[in-house]
Amino acid sequence: MTKPIDSVSSWPLRDRVAFYAAWAAGIALIVIAGAIVVYMAFRGAQYFDFGLLLESPSSSLNQAQSGGFKDPIIGTALLLVMSTAIAAPLGVVIAVWLTEYGRPTGLARAVESAVEVVAGTPSIVLAMFGLILFQEWFGFLTFDAEGAVLGRSFIAAASMMSLIALPLVVGATREALNSIPGHVREASYALGKTKAATIRRVLLPAARPGIGTGTALGMGRVAGDTAIVVVLLGATLQIQNGADGSVFGLFRGTGSTLTSYVYYNSPAGEGLAPEKAYFAAFVLLLVVIVLNFVVTRIARGKEELWTR
Amino acid sequence: MDTMTTPEGTRDERDVILAPPPPVRRIVIDGEPTVVQPPLGNGHAPQAGVGLAAPVRRAEPSSAPKVERMRIEGVSIAYSEKLAVNEVSLPVRQGEVLALIGPSGCGKTTLLRSLNRLVEITPTAIRSGTISLDGEDIDRMEVTALRRRVSMVFQQPNPFPMSVFDNVAYALREQGSGRPRKEALMDQVADALVRAGLWDEVGSTLDHPALRLSGGQQQRLCIARALAARPEVLLLDEPCSALDPRSTQVIEELILKLREEVAVVIVTHNMQQALRIADHVGFMYLGELVEYGPAEQVFGSPREQRTREYVGGAFG
Repeated sequence: MTKPIDSVSSWPLRDRVAFYAAWAAGIALIVIAGAIVVYMAFRGAQYFDFGLLLESPSSSLNQAQSGGFKDPIIGTALLLVMSTAIAAPLGVVIAVWLTEYGRPTGLARAVESAVEVVAGTPSIVLAMFGLILFQEWFGFLTFDAEGAVLGRSFIAAASMMSLIALPLVVGATREALNSIPGHVREASYALGKTKAATIRRVLLPAARPGIGTGTALGMGRVAGDTAIVVVLLGATLQIQNGADGSVFGLFRGTGSTLTSYVYYNSPAGEGLAPEKAYFAAFVLLLVVIVLNFVVTRIARGKEELWTR
Repeated sequence: MDTMTTPEGTRDERDVILAPPPPVRRIVIDGEPTVVQPPLGNGHAPQAGVGLAAPVRRAEPSSAPKVERMRIEGVSIAYSEKLAVNEVSLPVRQGEVLALIGPSGCGKTTLLRSLNRLVEITPTAIRSGTISLDGEDIDRMEVTALRRRVSMVFQQPNPFPMSVFDNVAYALREQGSGRPRKEALMDQVADALVRAGLWDEVGSTLDHPALRLSGGQQQRLCIARALAARPEVLLLDEPCSALDPRSTQVIEELILKLREEVAVVIVTHNMQQALRIADHVGFMYLGELVEYGPAEQVFGSPREQRTREYVGGAFG
């Protein structure tokens, strides 16, 4: 073994300090992340009650003994599906237009800025905007309590939630499309294919891992958002059908998600059942970790497909 | 760092002391050549001293009848203000390989891309002059129809991220109409793979992803893909420059076979390659077609000074 050319001990002091600080920061992050998971797992296990997962919330003087969080779990899942169903196609279409067409240039710039604005808007602001939107114009899509339009429903919450996921889908899809070399597009044109056919048959299949990554990242953000749920989905922990009991009624109805359930049951909320909040928070954490795991798996599937 | 002694460092020090030239750089000009000359082949070898040292053509001229498929007449192409191709006229014949050679940026690829109107993708490109395919002006043709008849293979192997079968079937599947069934396309796909000399290697694994193939196989797949729609003209833009010598040889042999049934135009940086496979050679320099003629003549006894210098390796 020869002596390595570069050893830290030979560095100037400031470089050594920076080097060890970088190490320390990385390790600290691992410790914090580990502490969160371990603590939540410990608390979750402490209050573990399988029945809670299957029971609807119910009202009682003693919240600690009343009901579980079946409805919040369904609410989270429903919101995830609905907002992804809006954000994924919309985001892919926007990304394709931006990368493959992008003309006139001014319009493309404007679209880019709009995506950035949406990405930078705090979710509570999106929620307030959605409230006005759905109270004033789209009341028929929301829950109405004996004629009073509240502007709250799964549709209202999901459409605003989709704006959280949208920029992530757009960004990841654009990146994937940009990584496809130009000669691959030309190869398709050279076989007598139109631009539309090239996008559909070559570019979108090649960008699929990127689209998947962006969508999964967006789902993680949707699952974790609280502000929009509290404002736009309603204060009811139970799912309340907005109309006649049909699926559309469900979409128009109000409900809760794991995040709002945790909020209401935490000491900050009104429920005062922290043990349930801990368990629900643990379940939520699991959901998000699983989503992140999916992201990593998809991203790992990305290979360098072509030489440039 | 300063105290480290790398092998390079030692040699540098010794060089400073003894100062011999690095062994690789020493060129003996008058010495006996240590390279065995290849046999002189078919008697087309030109006189030594002009052009390449003892060039040898591997390819016999094809016995197939020569049919003119395309005619380039007075074609100029400019990107914005910059003239890339200047008043070029050339015939493209079936039964022979036409090689376009010349230094980088001489306009040979631009000229090639104008034959299937791929230059039109570049928004700033303007073209004048006429190009005809079987007597028909290509500007009057539907561009997708033209590109089915004049197909192209690129420098980098670029199969699509789908199966081997779907890659070859890609050009066969018409837009708009429903997707034809796999069985209906099987004969054409198999035929294209046989013509590209790839069938023996991939015939049993048509559903495997094309991007798992080796580089040389990928490029032959791209040729199969380009042949699937039975084009009349095949354009090759430096098809071997990303490949190893063995794959290059396979593809060159393939090109010689293909010239019987399609007109082949190849752009190449590699003059040896042009010499090996081309029947006619066009030498381009700064957008102009400096010299056009049979390969033996362009390489062996070039008429133009600039050609002589280029094929002799003086510039480019």
